Amino acid sequence: MDRRCWLAAPIVPPLLAGCAGPQSALDPAGPSAAAIAGIWWGLFWMALVVWMLVTALLLAGLRRRRHLSEAGARRMIVAGGLVLPTGVLLGLLVHGTLASDRVSGRSADASHLVAVTGRQWHWDFVYLGDDGRPLAASTDLLAMPLGRMVEFRIESADVIHSFWIPRLGGKIDAIPGRTNVLRLRADQAGSIRGQCAEFCGLEHAFMGFEVQVLAPAEYEAWLRDNAVAQAGEGSP
Amino acid sequence: MSEARMDTLPPGENSRRLAALARIWNNAPGWRGQLTAVNHGTVGLRFIATGFAFLLAGGALAMFIRLQLAWPGNQVLDPERYAQFVTLHGTTMMFLFAVPIMEGFAMYLLPKMLGARDLPFPRLGAFGYWCYLFGGLFLYSGLLFGEAPDGGWFMYVPLTDATYSPGRGVDFWLIGVTFAEIAAVTAAVELIVAILLCRAPGMDIRRMPLFAWAMLVTAFMIAFGFPPLILGSILLEIQRAFGFVFFDVARGGDPLLWQHLFWLFGHPEVYIIFLPAAGVVSMVVATFARRPIAGYLWIVLALVTTGFLSFGLWVHHMFAVGIPLLALAFFSAASMAVAIPTGIQVFAWLATLWAGRPWLRVPMLYLVGFFITFVGGGLTGVMVALVPFDWQVHDTHFVVAHLHYVLIGGLMFPMFAGLYYWLPLASGRMPSESLSRTAFWMVFVGFHLAFLPMHLTGLLGMTRRAYSYPEQLGVHWLNLLSTAASFVLAAGTVAILIDAALCFRHGRPGRRNPWRAGTLEWALPHPVPAYNFASLPVVADRYPLWQDRGLAARTADATGLLGDPASGRRESMGTSILGGVPEQVIRLPGSSWQPLLAALAIAALLACFIARLYLGSVLVLVVLLGQFCAWAWTTGDRHAPARVQAGPRLGLPVQYACRNAPGWWALVVTLLIDGSLFASLVFAYFYLWLGTEAWPPAPMHAGADPTARVALVLLGVCWIAAAASARLMRRGGGRALALPLGVAALAGAGFLRAQWQAVASGTGAPGEHAYASVVWTLAGFHSVHVAVAMLVGLFVAARGQRGYVGAERPLEQRIAAALWAYVAAQGAIAWGVIHLFPEWA
Repeated sequence: MDRRCWLAAPIVPPLLAGCAGPQSALDPAGPSAAAIAGIWWGLFWMALVVWMLVTALLLAGLRRRRHLSEAGARRMIVAGGLVLPTGVLLGLLVHGTLASDRVSGRSADASHLVAVTGRQWHWDFVYLGDDGRPLAASTDLLAMPLGRMVEFRIESADVIHSFWIPRLGGKIDAIPGRTNVLRLRADQAGSIRGQCAEFCGLEHAFMGFEVQVLAPAEYEAWLRDNAVAQAGEGSP
Repeated sequence: MSEARMDTLPPGENSRRLAALARIWNNAPGWRGQLTAVNHGTVGLRFIATGFAFLLAGGALAMFIRLQLAWPGNQVLDPERYAQFVTLHGTTMMFLFAVPIMEGFAMYLLPKMLGARDLPFPRLGAFGYWCYLFGGLFLYSGLLFGEAPDGGWFMYVPLTDATYSPGRGVDFWLIGVTFAEIAAVTAAVELIVAILLCRAPGMDIRRMPLFAWAMLVTAFMIAFGFPPLILGSILLEIQRAFGFVFFDVARGGDPLLWQHLFWLFGHPEVYIIFLPAAGVVSMVVATFARRPIAGYLWIVLALVTTGFLSFGLWVHHMFAVGIPLLALAFFSAASMAVAIPTGIQVFAWLATLWAGRPWLRVPMLYLVGFFITFVGGGLTGVMVALVPFDWQVHDTHFVVAHLHYVLIGGLMFPMFAGLYYWLPLASGRMPSESLSRTAFWMVFVGFHLAFLPMHLTGLLGMTRRAYSYPEQLGVHWLNLLSTAASFVLAAGTVAILIDAALCFRHGRPGRRNPWRAGTLEWALPHPVPAYNFASLPVVADRYPLWQDRGLAARTADATGLLGDPASGRRESMGTSILGGVPEQVIRLPGSSWQPLLAALAIAALLACFIARLYLGSVLVLVVLLGQFCAWAWTTGDRHAPARVQAGPRLGLPVQYACRNAPGWWALVVTLLIDGSLFASLVFAYFYLWLGTEAWPPAPMHAGADPTARVALVLLGVCWIAAAASARLMRRGGGRALALPLGVAALAGAGFLRAQWQAVASGTGAPGEHAYASVVWTLAGFHSVHVAVAMLVGLFVAARGQRGYVGAERPLEQRIAAALWAYVAAQGAIAWGVIHLFPEWA
């Protein structure tokens, strides 16, 4: 578990849950989520410092007569209202932009391709080969190879859904009529969880799916176990 | 200067005048008086009371939501009910509480703060109130029919189209919310004209209270920001009811069009909610620092900048939709930039405290809650403005935490501060110190304990609008804490409302201006007269009561400006927009049934519509048009003199004879609003074009065929004829209006015939393709405007025949001519888009 979670514990009472969890953005299992978690901790400390500064200025202003002059008041407005936010925001923009490549996964090539279709209220996955032909299929269960970049092509069969595996990276919507692309890599083997993150009707709350991250050999075996019949190969 | 404006009166004359003023301005007695009341004090308090009622309703819904989420697997609400409650909670708070409550504060306070007798369009304001009330009831009536809306407060398609939401729930939302929004639009018109034209003499725009500046910017934001949602609602409703296609992919539509239209409204909406509260903070901080606000000009610039910037941020609600990164980067930077003007305001308030002699009473205590909470919410807002971070927390409880921090921090705490601040003015009494302080701590502690944990539950993966969650997420204890704390928050809120209500009967009688504030509303005695000031104040400073100790006493006597009620009519003064120099005397209507009857007619029309009784709707529409004509006919008094005596040595024209008449500026603002609605529709056309291969799709075709050209020429004739009416009226008086306006009406009818023929010849049925839907909607939209211009033109021609309009009283002719010019320009643009663009593209 991330040590920084415990540092933050006194501020978020009571931190009974810790930061770990099968769907926790603060417990990254891949580079994209790790980059975003790093961004988050920077944001958290920035916000805490600014929040405490403003509160301190407020309470100090109320307790005693400060006798600030008109010129001093103008300086306070410029320093706190113009210089401080501009500086903090520029710093945040840089901090966020530097991590963009790791977040989006653009720098590496994707070695696997999965077509994802969201429908009320399930997720269908079709694992595509290099030539684009479907190799395997599953519903509500996603298998991913350990340590490899996977490209997801996400569509919707009905209303707008959102494809999200928090421990691996950010989300992207599944919108009828378009295909959205998301790249994720899982660096820890085991079982994690994904969930639909756009209100899509009655059972939106439980439109989740399990993600199994498998070592490459096991992944190949899994694909064979869940293979779909190829076109023209005599199916029932 | 002030002394020179006073009459010396014979003995007893002053009390006679005060009694006459009271007679002219008071409401009629009993329930009849309540139903016909139009003066701003009554209508403003009514907005506030109704807003608080909806707050309680929305809060009750929230309590059920929290009970359902307290532990995984709860069955307090089944999934359908949960979806309805979540939808109604958000819709109630955003549309039926947050915006109307500050409208109510503004309607009640602004005339008093600006030194006026009333708002410039009393019946319009009352009409707005009834539309708000009936619209809210219309929305909730869905529950009675088992058809409450359940698509979320943002109603994304395709979930809310006829396929996936086949019931009437979505229609109750679309129609009910649009009905209630009429109040926002009428308030925008009325507040802009009031703030620009109806200030006290001497109140230069740079001396205006900051609450007035905040409401001015807010009103302009409403004018430009509400139309995209109104248009989107209309498009979705005609898609659902009549089979039009805007959002359906299979026939050329795009679900993202709804999102763009909704958030083009949705982002300015949150600043429409926050800016009035920021205005309240500026007023209260100055009083409790016991000095003028520091950085007045900085705050004005910050308010205006926030207003402009807020229209460039909307895509930050759509970061996960799949829009290219470069576009997202622009909206991310703009979303962060808006923190700068907000920061300027916060530090101006802090600097005021540091440079003053702070005094911690109950209103200031609520402002402490505001600072701590709102700044926290603003900081999490900066966080979600960063795209990669938003990709994780979008649609989780982190955003629920953020939005409640900014809304409760940024609206509720300042609003409660304002409630306690102005309560002594409205009630003449002081509330209970112990109850108000206890309630503050309950609200403050309850709020933070309820919503702070949600930042973490969101990061742990708890999504929004989910009726429950798996126990393995590990968020159940935090949810239990949130639920328990929300009861404390609810109890504190109820305690505040009870405290405020009880104050009117059981509060400790207080003295006038207990906070020793400097702005004009505190000059008023208790009970506040319906006419506010017996003599209008003359102002020379931003804080008139601090600069001029005798002002309160002088305005209580009917010896100064507009003190003589000899005309027997309600009168207020109009001053120049920038300098506050007296320009006109504005005659206002008294109590009337018309606002209530018109709102009831609209309710009947919409009830027929949602019940699919379209013939009934059309019949009620005819009745409604008759009502509007009857209402408009009562404006203007043809026997009124062109000039009146406003005070000693001050003669002024009456509004019909003044170039800056309130009615003229109301038209300008209305046309801005309508222009924004039209622009949204043109945006929809081009957005759909961008997403479609063949435009128009075969076999439809567009082009400027001869019939279309005839239509354009006829439109030009309308414009020329209406423009000629000014000169003809100058030469021949009001009776000469019949010719030009009659020609315009005939040409308008011809235009309608030709345009419909031209569109029908190339465009298929609306349900075939989005192209047909949007072209028919454009043509239909403009046709409605032509019909309205014809009606207005004929109305003004009739008024000319009867002597209401003439060379010395040109206001109505100017309105008719300007309306035709606008309709012609709008028509030229629509014509170009429909007939020319597809050939060029």
